[in-house]
Amino acid sequence: MNATTATDTAAAPDGARPNLHTVLSLRGISKSFGAVAALTDIDLDVSSSEVVAIVGDNGAGKSTLVKVLSGVHAPDSGTIDFGGERVTLPTPMAALERGIATVFQDLALCDNLDVVQNLFLGRERRPFQLDEVGMEVRAWELLRQLSAKIPSVRIPIASLSGGQRQTVAIARSLLGDPKLIILDEPTAALGVAQTAEVLNLVERLRERGHGVILISHNMEDVKAVADRVVVLRLGRNNGEFRVGDVTTEEIISAITGATDNAVSRRRSRGDTASPTTHTITTEDAER
Amino acid sequence: MTTTIPPIPTDLQDERLRADTGMGGAIRAGIDRIRGGDLGFLPVIAGLAIIWTIFQILNPYFLSSGNLTNLLMESAPVGVIALGIVFVLLVGEIDLSVGSVSGLAAAIMAINFIDNRWPLPLAIAAAVGVAVLIGFAYGFIYNRIGVPSFVITLSGLLGFLGLQLFVLGPKGTINLPFDSPLVHFGQLAFVPQWLAYALVALAAAAVLVGGLLRARIRRNAGLSAPALSLTLIRAGLLAALLTFAVWYLYQARGVGWMVVFFVALVLLANYALTRTSWGRSLFAVGGNREAARRSGIRITAVYTTAFIACTTLAAVGGLLAAGRLASAAQSSGGGDVNLNAIAAAVIGGTSLFGGRGSAFAALLGILVIQSISSGLTLLNLDSSIRYMVTGAVVLIAVSLDAVARRSRSSHGRA
Repeated sequence: MNATTATDTAAAPDGARPNLHTVLSLRGISKSFGAVAALTDIDLDVSSSEVVAIVGDNGAGKSTLVKVLSGVHAPDSGTIDFGGERVTLPTPMAALERGIATVFQDLALCDNLDVVQNLFLGRERRPFQLDEVGMEVRAWELLRQLSAKIPSVRIPIASLSGGQRQTVAIARSLLGDPKLIILDEPTAALGVAQTAEVLNLVERLRERGHGVILISHNMEDVKAVADRVVVLRLGRNNGEFRVGDVTTEEIISAITGATDNAVSRRRSRGDTASPTTHTITTEDAER
Repeated sequence: MTTTIPPIPTDLQDERLRADTGMGGAIRAGIDRIRGGDLGFLPVIAGLAIIWTIFQILNPYFLSSGNLTNLLMESAPVGVIALGIVFVLLVGEIDLSVGSVSGLAAAIMAINFIDNRWPLPLAIAAAVGVAVLIGFAYGFIYNRIGVPSFVITLSGLLGFLGLQLFVLGPKGTINLPFDSPLVHFGQLAFVPQWLAYALVALAAAAVLVGGLLRARIRRNAGLSAPALSLTLIRAGLLAALLTFAVWYLYQARGVGWMVVFFVALVLLANYALTRTSWGRSLFAVGGNREAARRSGIRITAVYTTAFIACTTLAAVGGLLAAGRLASAAQSSGGGDVNLNAIAAAVIGGTSLFGGRGSAFAALLGILVIQSISSGLTLLNLDSSIRYMVTGAVVLIAVSLDAVARRSRSSHGRA
């Protein structure tokens, strides 16, 4: 489980990736809630321009890990190196100021406010005489960078589709120019087309040099955009795969805990499951 | 009108957007909004027109300058209280104690001013200061202990009524001398006619210049801006309307300073709500409390300031009412003051569910309430009828809000 550079991964959309470096490096993170060990000895590395998917069953510790990274929970033990520095993340604000932005599953947008108001909520420019024009211009810049398909930034969030809302939430996380963006189940409630849009967005984040942690249950999404897959099971690391050379079955067996059997069987047989490999190549070709 | 074709503004480049430019576009966008359930002030203005028409038919004195002058003066005290209610409704809470707090403020001011012979400004400051403390206490209890605002302020309704009676003591009523500035302000201080016209000109000029400046800043930033003609028409309409109103009111005594004070407070509140980050945070907390919290907004501070704004304005309203009546009595702030203030905010279009509303809701809403009250008084109908009619109007207003909200959600307009 070494720090992995992303240069050799299958999904390199533009090839040009300047200054690849490890953004986040977790070592031996543990967190208990009373008698329950939610995380035990977790290691995780994310480098810039890399999408790392964290998968796992319910109760695997994904949410706890996200909360540790976003400053909601402090870990009981272990170290967090961020941007080459050893850091602690005591509060959500501290994480945000360090450059870790989290987009939670429920997005946390205000339906009654418009896109600009939501983007700048809590960090409006000129608090006593709001700079509406400046904020609107910046909102358009941000949405253009993400090639977001939002017709107007002066309509309430309520009138946007699920994918568009996700886009707004992601755009909001980009305002502070974070180094690492954590997306918690970004496609969970979305339709086919909207899922595709969000996945495009994730790739654009990678192109722009952000490190991305993607929490997902959806193996197709994970295989479509992630460079590496980190599997958690019962609060422990249970395998780390490069997306190019792993099958969905292998990931699933790692998630469900059958990994030892499956992996050992596979190794002993010395072959791979060809049908799934085939699917990956078609997906890659589509991209 | 333009000779060269300007580049498409940044915010209109999406091909799915219909370009609503110029006069026709503005009208079309307005119709779209109404159909989408975003009624704005349309229901309350329509309601006001209907109420005025009916009462004018029933009693030709109703729309006379004299009665309208009185109606405006009557509106100011409860209107100020209603303005405070708007703040707490925006964060999705309620204050049922505004009547008691206004009565308590009047009592504290009167006892200090008359019995203790304090200078008036000090007496007023003491009354307002107590109201600020009350708002702070509400916020503290709400945030720290987690009692629903409904219950906190219901206790406040009783408790501060009791305190008001206690402060007034066995006398029960304290009369204010007619030569005191507060009574003068509440009853006799009218704006000179020339100054009223000057204020109208100032308002129209502010709309015009403000509109032009904003349009220029937006255009320089590459965004779309409303057409010049639209700004001109808005300023012109406002000027015409207000000039007519001033001319008509000055057939009688004209516009009281208290009314000007109320309108100024409404404008100030409107600025605070729409152009400051504090106002934005009120809307955010009312819309989605959790989202606001995660955005780094200190929501406990937002709730506390909303409660303080409400109790403070309630006290100011109570002082104006005391000036108007030239006394502070056991009945000050009692009766229907509480419910009229809340009803005015709701009738004006402030949602009881938080996140929607405007400072102008208080202004328009109180005009409706006072028009009903004044019209029924002119018809010599007693308060039994007035309560029933006001109750029906409130029900209609809230029903309209509910229907509009359904329509909004089906048209995707929160």
